[in-house]
Amino acid sequence: MISQLTKTERETALFLTALLTLSGLTLGLLGRNDLLGYHGALLAVAGMSLTFLLIKDYYKPEPDPDNRAKYYDDPIKVGLVLALVWAVIGMIVGDWVAWLLVFPEATFDAGWASFGRLRPVHTSGVIFGFGGNALIATSFHVMQRTSRARLADNISPWVVVVGFNLFCLMAATGYLMGITASKEYAEPEWYADIFLTIIWVVYLVLYLRTLARREEPHIYVANWYYLSFVIVVAMLHILNNLAIPISLGHAKSYSLFSGVQDAMIQWWYGHNAVAFFLTTGFLGMMYYYLPKRAGRPIFSYRLSIISFWGIVFLYMWAGSHHLHYTALPHWVQTLGMTFSIMLLVPSWASAGNALLTLNGAWGKVRDDATLRFMMVAAVFYGLSTFEGSFMAIRPVNSLSHYTDWTVGHVHSGALGWVAMITFGSIYTLTPWIWRKERMYSNKLIELHFWLALVGTMIYVFAMWNSGIIQGLMWRAYNTDGTLAYSFIDSVAAMKPYYVARAIGGLMFLAGAIVCAYNVWKTAKLPTVTEYTPDKPPLPARGRPSAAAQAAE
Amino acid sequence: MLGKHAKLERTAIGFAIGIIIVASIGGLIEIAPLFTIDETVEEDPDMRVYTPLELAGRNIYIREGCYACHSQMIRTLQDEVERYGPYSLAVESQYDHPMLWGSKRTGPDLARLGGKYSDQWHVAHLLDPRSLVPQSVMPAYRWLARNDLDVSDMPLHLSAQKKVGVPYTDDMIANADEDAFGQANPDSEAADGFFERYGFEANARYFDGDRRKLTEMDALVAYLQSIGTLSEAASKNNEITKTIPDEGGAE
Repeated sequence: MISQLTKTERETALFLTALLTLSGLTLGLLGRNDLLGYHGALLAVAGMSLTFLLIKDYYKPEPDPDNRAKYYDDPIKVGLVLALVWAVIGMIVGDWVAWLLVFPEATFDAGWASFGRLRPVHTSGVIFGFGGNALIATSFHVMQRTSRARLADNISPWVVVVGFNLFCLMAATGYLMGITASKEYAEPEWYADIFLTIIWVVYLVLYLRTLARREEPHIYVANWYYLSFVIVVAMLHILNNLAIPISLGHAKSYSLFSGVQDAMIQWWYGHNAVAFFLTTGFLGMMYYYLPKRAGRPIFSYRLSIISFWGIVFLYMWAGSHHLHYTALPHWVQTLGMTFSIMLLVPSWASAGNALLTLNGAWGKVRDDATLRFMMVAAVFYGLSTFEGSFMAIRPVNSLSHYTDWTVGHVHSGALGWVAMITFGSIYTLTPWIWRKERMYSNKLIELHFWLALVGTMIYVFAMWNSGIIQGLMWRAYNTDGTLAYSFIDSVAAMKPYYVARAIGGLMFLAGAIVCAYNVWKTAKLPTVTEYTPDKPPLPARGRPSAAAQAAE
Repeated sequence: MLGKHAKLERTAIGFAIGIIIVASIGGLIEIAPLFTIDETVEEDPDMRVYTPLELAGRNIYIREGCYACHSQMIRTLQDEVERYGPYSLAVESQYDHPMLWGSKRTGPDLARLGGKYSDQWHVAHLLDPRSLVPQSVMPAYRWLARNDLDVSDMPLHLSAQKKVGVPYTDDMIANADEDAFGQANPDSEAADGFFERYGFEANARYFDGDRRKLTEMDALVAYLQSIGTLSEAASKNNEITKTIPDEGGAE
């Protein structure tokens, strides 16, 4: 990796790792009497390790200038591997906490092993670790291929990949130690939030600069979605995490907002994290890898425009449906419900666009498990967006809210849509960037497909059942007008479903491990030298190509 | 329309600005008025703030992720009001930075927990939930009784709370560590200062039952006993709604 950097780039990288080490040491010194010190140490150790790696290869020969005329795929490879590592970690923790609800004593009498601290490790691990890394890696791939231009520089992709993973690491280790801001899906504390903001700006600038180098006049659809993911996540992240730390030497901070305003901002964030992290980013993936794999153009360009702007506009109103019947003013609830229902139009437009693209390629869907992953993902996307709009209707929500139905809904989206489209894209992308003829084993892809599908079905059905039973038990009355069940009755009734859910999750986890193994083995296959499934970058206007320079 | 879009697709910056504008509208319209419309949050001049010990306990509640399984928001539904108590009002969480309304009830809602059970019940339940509720799936929190509570930073906590808008006095901030100790040691000298600052009706007890040391258990139980007691607005509101004759409306 480092041998692909020029001398100047190695110097820049060294400067940055020294800066990281220094920031880590400063944070560690400031927070020496607090848990914050550990995260300072973590950053310092990371900075020093990277510095060491750089120094070790510092005097290696510089790369062939011709390489600069090619795409830059090293950061994509690292991002993909890290995505799979986080997938396995996040899902192991997820299945573990699922079993904790069956065996609540399995906490080793230790704080870090209790449900409340492990749950965010699961959610952040799969959403940010797995999802985030997959989005970053595939976006680097898509932005280069659709622009037919190399990444704008060779340092900032590494800043994004390494920095983002350090953020994920701070998040996960922080929860275990008890560092949390308690805002769901935005739990990391102020210093990690600032760190991520810096990384995110680098990401956005890299994206815009790479697009600016494009030789294709139009920006391809997939990039719109990735761009909206990068931009809107930044808006959400910054507003929802505004807080005042108790001192610069402490991890703890207090949110700038309180009560009803805080709740609205949190769920404006929370719901749009679903929208712009778990939906638009992955739609970007779908709009590139699905037509590529199917060998067919996107069904309708017009539909993709409508669904894109529909999603960007409508989603931002929908967050308040998380707060039906609460102390949030009624008018905001009503707006949230209304826009949630309208949201079905652009959502189904996207899902329909994907499925209609497959028209004429159904034979491939039958034979190719990779394409089938993407097809099933589009179906689950359609189903869970329908379910979401349905659950946002106030009276439906009175039953579903606070129950496992919500958990089932989230997982039908997260497992069925997000993870499946990611796995499909990974299987498409892996042989491509590692320059292999094919994946190591198609049978293992097939096995993974069925583990994932059956696992998701078991999970979602279990949670539908438990959620609806809970909701009905809570509101059931005896004929004399008294409540029919105590709360603990509803807890006891959940047991079989909690077992089933944990088994479904275990199957899904097993599938992810199979995927990681398959990717690993693929990377070890002999490299195909003349294998070029993609068109090479175009030599830029006014920018002499490396080949031309060499010829001089 | 399509022609215009084709133009937009040619500029990355234009596209980015378009996204920012289109994505901002919903949030602006739904969030900004919540800060400006007075009726959003009810008035309660008698509302009290969390004591330092309760605030420390609240931070433990946050640290342990209790909010992942327990809501603190009773909805305006009949079965919820009958099961848990008067439905929650916005004013009740106006000093909650951040709010802990929650999103899931793996366990019951806690918005009206304060004063519902004894301190001993809470301690026994946190040490071994299944000794009191055999079918419970809650983890045991035995380390809370083992961990000493660090109150030395409490002035910093109160000061930050004041910065985000909670009306703590300078006196409260300066003595926050003493007051946290005093609330859990009612026979100590520190307790006098605590009562002076937080009123004589404030709860000062040996919350964890152990007179020798101040533990995280003291703080958490003090917090649990305070939930829903900062303001009486909800119970007063409940009395009023009870007197309104039933109009036969289903909602």
